[in-house]
Amino acid sequence: MKLAVASGKGGTGKSMVASNLAFTLVSSGQPVTLVDCDVEEPNLHLFFPAPATTTDVTVPVPVVDEAACDRCGKCEEACQYGALTVLQNRILFFPELCHSCGGCTLVCPERAISEEPKRIGTLATSTPLPGLTLISGTLDAGSPHAVPVIRAAKKQAGGDPEVIFDTAPGTSCPVVEALDGCDACILVTESTPFGLHDLQLAVDVASRIGVPAGVVINRSDGKDEATTRFCVDHDLEILLTIPFDREIAAIQSRGDLLCRARPEWQKDFTALILKCRALAGVEP
Amino acid sequence: MIRLAVISGKGGTGKTMVTAALAHLYAGSLVLADCDVDAANLELILNPTLLCTDPFMGMKSAFIDPAACVKCAECEAYCRFNAVDWTGTVFRINPFRCEGCAVCTSVCPVTAITMQPRQTGEIRYSDTSLGHLVHARLVPGAGNSGLLVHAVKKTILERDGSSNRFIIDGPPGTGCPLISTISGVDAVLVVTEPSVSGLHDLKRVVTVCRQFRPLILVAINRFDLDAFQAGEIEIWCRTENIPLVGKIPFDPAVIQAVRAGIPVTQAGTTLAAQAIQILAANLEQELKHSGNQQ
Repeated sequence: MKLAVASGKGGTGKSMVASNLAFTLVSSGQPVTLVDCDVEEPNLHLFFPAPATTTDVTVPVPVVDEAACDRCGKCEEACQYGALTVLQNRILFFPELCHSCGGCTLVCPERAISEEPKRIGTLATSTPLPGLTLISGTLDAGSPHAVPVIRAAKKQAGGDPEVIFDTAPGTSCPVVEALDGCDACILVTESTPFGLHDLQLAVDVASRIGVPAGVVINRSDGKDEATTRFCVDHDLEILLTIPFDREIAAIQSRGDLLCRARPEWQKDFTALILKCRALAGVEP
Repeated sequence: MIRLAVISGKGGTGKTMVTAALAHLYAGSLVLADCDVDAANLELILNPTLLCTDPFMGMKSAFIDPAACVKCAECEAYCRFNAVDWTGTVFRINPFRCEGCAVCTSVCPVTAITMQPRQTGEIRYSDTSLGHLVHARLVPGAGNSGLLVHAVKKTILERDGSSNRFIIDGPPGTGCPLISTISGVDAVLVVTEPSVSGLHDLKRVVTVCRQFRPLILVAINRFDLDAFQAGEIEIWCRTENIPLVGKIPFDPAVIQAVRAGIPVTQAGTTLAAQAIQILAANLEQELKHSGNQQ
């Protein structure tokens, strides 16, 4: 099963759910690949410290051979992102605006534009526990384009049978990229007006992409009526409710795992996995 | 005009709660923008009255005319975003994947592909009791959130450029919406939380901010939930010479205020409200020191 953990609102506990699911699976002897797709602020490695093999994620960017270029301006015209400006004596290139589409190299009549790889982030792969493969995508500081790093992290997980993707908050392209192709997704929320508002947006995204979704309510203070009503109205199953508890917060804040510090929680996460399999329509 | 962005790196640390409280404390000649355009929440506290809306047009998207298409598959071969789907009968553009590069239009031998404008969001200009608010809504799943952030900020500067203060509720993360948010601001207030993730994400977002050279300030929310991690953040800030302007305790009054739809500073004398008053005073001092006076 390819399972994504998403949320809309940030800080609801996506990484907590994803890391405890993975821990529970490997504790029961099932190998799993955990992929950190929150490449702007990846955190899973903090919960699973281990030596990692790191590779660069690169994207192709244009290089202009000034000697061959006759400043015709076709590349500037073709670039929809404003990444190329043709001056009288040279071409200016703004790498942070480039989407690496290759359009400029295609239209250059003098074949003066070639491409070279530019690093925008890294992938770190480790085996923090027997059976657990962790792939963490990290966007370089100052690089705006998260999507190619997410794509590379997902590709690295390849055809592994059991994969859990921890996504970025929000509802835009990084979330779409992470959810694309998943069998099911867990939407983690909290019972506040902010949590509910952003849950509605996240449900919308999951349904537009066509990924079946269920809900986990985290840090519940018992006042979950509005969230529960929304879930009933939208035919969303509440898969698990985790109460607000200072001890759980402390376990999480020091970088430990709930299911390791309080093993009685493993049965809740095992049940969560089974419910996700049912949601995805795969064999238990 | 002093431009302040409230950001966090890690999501859910309390940016919106702090932004609303600061707005309440600074009310008068103030304008606000919600630049967390994916999941804008400031409107849930400030109870805005909508004055007008503008459609937001993102990048154009490719469209294949099925009647003109000769099914040569050149577009699919050249698209680097895997945005061309073969349905079994026709080639079709997947709008979620299309980044609007227009390469397909230049390789199509029969000009069956055109670039079509698409509305991917809406910019809303509203009035609140604390000042004007520009907020936005991105169509769920749409791209170009950085462009929308830019459009939100531009709307404020065009309509309310003469205000004394401009406070932005920023997005989480470090990617394009964040970069678009912090470009051109005088100061950023990073709201963090006492956890290994909070500190890790704080360090990353500060690295990105430094490339833009604003005044950088930090506040720790719910600092008493983990005194040790809060101490680690304090030590790090001191080492990096970043002023720690506030420490807000965990206080159920915060959730109560959010549920009531008001800034926490408006909900009576609570521990959190008092801490944010101190934060606001410290922030004022730091702005003065750095020469960003009104």
